[in-house]
Amino acid sequence: MSFTKTLLVSTAVAAMAVGPAFADGHMANELTIVSWGGAYSKSQKLAYHDPYAANTGITIINDDSSAEAVAKLRAMNEANNVTWDVVDAEAADAIRLCDEGLAMEIDPDTMLAAAPDGTSARDDFGALLVSECFIPQIVYSTTFGYRTDLVGDTPPSKICDVFDLEAYPGKRSLEKRPINNMEWALLCDGVAKDAVYDVLATPEGQDQALAKLGTIKDSVIWWSAGADTPQLLADGEVIMGSTYNGRLFSLIVEQNQPVAMMWDAQVFSLDGWIIPTGLSPERQARALDYIMFATDTQRLADQSKYISYGPARASSAPLVGKHAELGIDMAPHMPTDPNNAKNTFLYNLEFWADYRDDIDAKFQAWLAK
Amino acid sequence: MANKISDIAVPVSLPFTLSLVGLIVAAISFVAGRSAGLGYNEVFITVLVGAVLAVGFAYALVSLFDTHRPAMIVSALLGALIGLSLGSLGGAVFGVIFGIIAAFMVFWVHYRQYRSGLPTYLSSNQVLWHYGFRVICGAIFVFLITPILVVIPLSFNAQDFFTFTPEMLRFDPAGYSLKHYQDFFTNNEWQRSFKNSLIIAPIATVISVSLGTLAAIGLSQSHVPARRAIMAILISPMIVPLIISATGMFFFYSDIGRFLEGTLGWNKNFVGYFKVVLAHSVLGIPFVIITVTATLVGFDRSLTRAAANMGAGPVTTFFKVQMPLILPGVISGGLFAFITSFDEVVVVLFIGSAGQKTLPWQMFTGLREQISPTILAVATILVAISIVLLTVVELLRRRSERLRGLSPG
Repeated sequence: MSFTKTLLVSTAVAAMAVGPAFADGHMANELTIVSWGGAYSKSQKLAYHDPYAANTGITIINDDSSAEAVAKLRAMNEANNVTWDVVDAEAADAIRLCDEGLAMEIDPDTMLAAAPDGTSARDDFGALLVSECFIPQIVYSTTFGYRTDLVGDTPPSKICDVFDLEAYPGKRSLEKRPINNMEWALLCDGVAKDAVYDVLATPEGQDQALAKLGTIKDSVIWWSAGADTPQLLADGEVIMGSTYNGRLFSLIVEQNQPVAMMWDAQVFSLDGWIIPTGLSPERQARALDYIMFATDTQRLADQSKYISYGPARASSAPLVGKHAELGIDMAPHMPTDPNNAKNTFLYNLEFWADYRDDIDAKFQAWLAK
Repeated sequence: MANKISDIAVPVSLPFTLSLVGLIVAAISFVAGRSAGLGYNEVFITVLVGAVLAVGFAYALVSLFDTHRPAMIVSALLGALIGLSLGSLGGAVFGVIFGIIAAFMVFWVHYRQYRSGLPTYLSSNQVLWHYGFRVICGAIFVFLITPILVVIPLSFNAQDFFTFTPEMLRFDPAGYSLKHYQDFFTNNEWQRSFKNSLIIAPIATVISVSLGTLAAIGLSQSHVPARRAIMAILISPMIVPLIISATGMFFFYSDIGRFLEGTLGWNKNFVGYFKVVLAHSVLGIPFVIITVTATLVGFDRSLTRAAANMGAGPVTTFFKVQMPLILPGVISGGLFAFITSFDEVVVVLFIGSAGQKTLPWQMFTGLREQISPTILAVATILVAISIVLLTVVELLRRRSERLRGLSPG
């Protein structure tokens, strides 16, 4: 008898647990937004999601899956079951998704808000509209941070210091992919900045870059997630390492770690939104409504209160203010600040779209050697 | 008792003690030197100095003291002093512990204490193996447990990194904090995923237990055809690599989900939970089948016949006679099923949508995107829960054995 009772009770508990989920989960009021997680998602939550939810009553569900956005969207599309409404993606991924028809095309004139002074969204974003499916959100850079207490009296200031094991002995962390690393290697192997991509397009140039990377290979810890380098730097396991500038900002300013930035040859790149294809009309309308709100001038400027990435709209730049909690000026921490941007590199989307697969294969084979 | 060697307390030869101490310390210094990143020449010097110092220390101890107690006190004090001068409070604690162990070992070796408690007829090699075997077992234990234990102090880190900070090593209270636990209990994402786990795991467990128990009982009947084949199929989720099950399930449940949402008009969220619960039930069933089948081996079939003889139907017989006897097996199977669902990340990553994000999923993305010690706080909580659950399983197992008369008392 007691077992029957147990069974009844557990069924009742189960029913109670699921009941509310059934009752209040109005599909019409939900928006699943995919992003990168961590401090970045938090800045989006504070700058976009919270005000949007307060205005509209829509519940926003975060899915921190942007790292596998391309693969997952492909699988979802194949299974005809797209559960994401808005996806935060790197420009390069957005271009791939757009080419494969997995992201819908956006018309900036009708689907995005104009700047407060009346400038059209198309002009406001300008050259950053790199794909028809991509709504730029931030300009971020991949750059180096170093441990101030582990690099001796003359801290590294040039990108080539990364390759200088004599002046800076110790481990450094680099991203486990060819992008950025190959360019930096060539720059430090005597190739002129203008000629980097011409050289990299040839097999000899690729070998040259790998040979240069080979000189420090034994001292490199390869990272694959943006959080790795901050952890390694905090541990003192590496003396310098590349990662996204916002991660380093949080490490230095928010966590007070003995780390400093080296902005030389930082690589600018774009991150933004895409809307997957295959959504029902009402879901698509909701996603577009969110995008219209989240990419307006004020919202993009608001995000920079929480993380040191530059807003993608020209009209947002003058509105960049102070850090929301620490009250420090954010402008000097932006990768686009003139003091930081003395020597920069722009992520070459076209080059990497054409050569990525080949160079990736070569790079991975080289890594395994 | 008087014939034990320990009671005679005759020291072994001094050279034996000293050379053993020298060898052990040399080995320790070698490992320590290499792990500190010294070159081979420096390591060689370290090893030499360490061994000589240790031999001198051991010689002083055995010649100054007759018994181990005063030697241990002196050695502990010495260790504390050295520790204090090198580190701080933490160093002193390590110094004391190390000093006590070192002095004890010296006397243990020198006065042949290692022979005490062993049969007198064992040869030296057999004694060596006796302790070697224990060292190997201890090493296995250490390698299994340390990774879990390391997590626990780290979860009280006052910083946002997986690092033992200098403050922590000094046992400075400022180096410790409960903020990661606070984050877990106040952060919406963590709370939502915790709630999801608490919804999904119990329901999946109830389904696994019901179906698994029925299957085990059915498969234990001798007249069921193709028993082994059916058993193999039912257990396959445990054997097939999870990633393969998960990929298959992704496409399978996508179709089911589309049908339920599109054709039957079910709520999207409910369908999400439905899919994950079903998938987790499938993963849990093998555990229930295996534990219940094992319990059924000791079940006396004549009891069901006796019940039938007295007019009870099969259902009554099951609940009144069979179930109470196999209950321990059912419960331990249920606990395994629960832990399977509660710890599962691969399948839910494939099948669930963000609304069904479970705790392991949240930990997985947290680990990849933001190495936050909140994960360690959650891990510590989960370890505690797992220990409680497994203790329950063990107690139930003992009870079941006692009931079946397999073990005395």
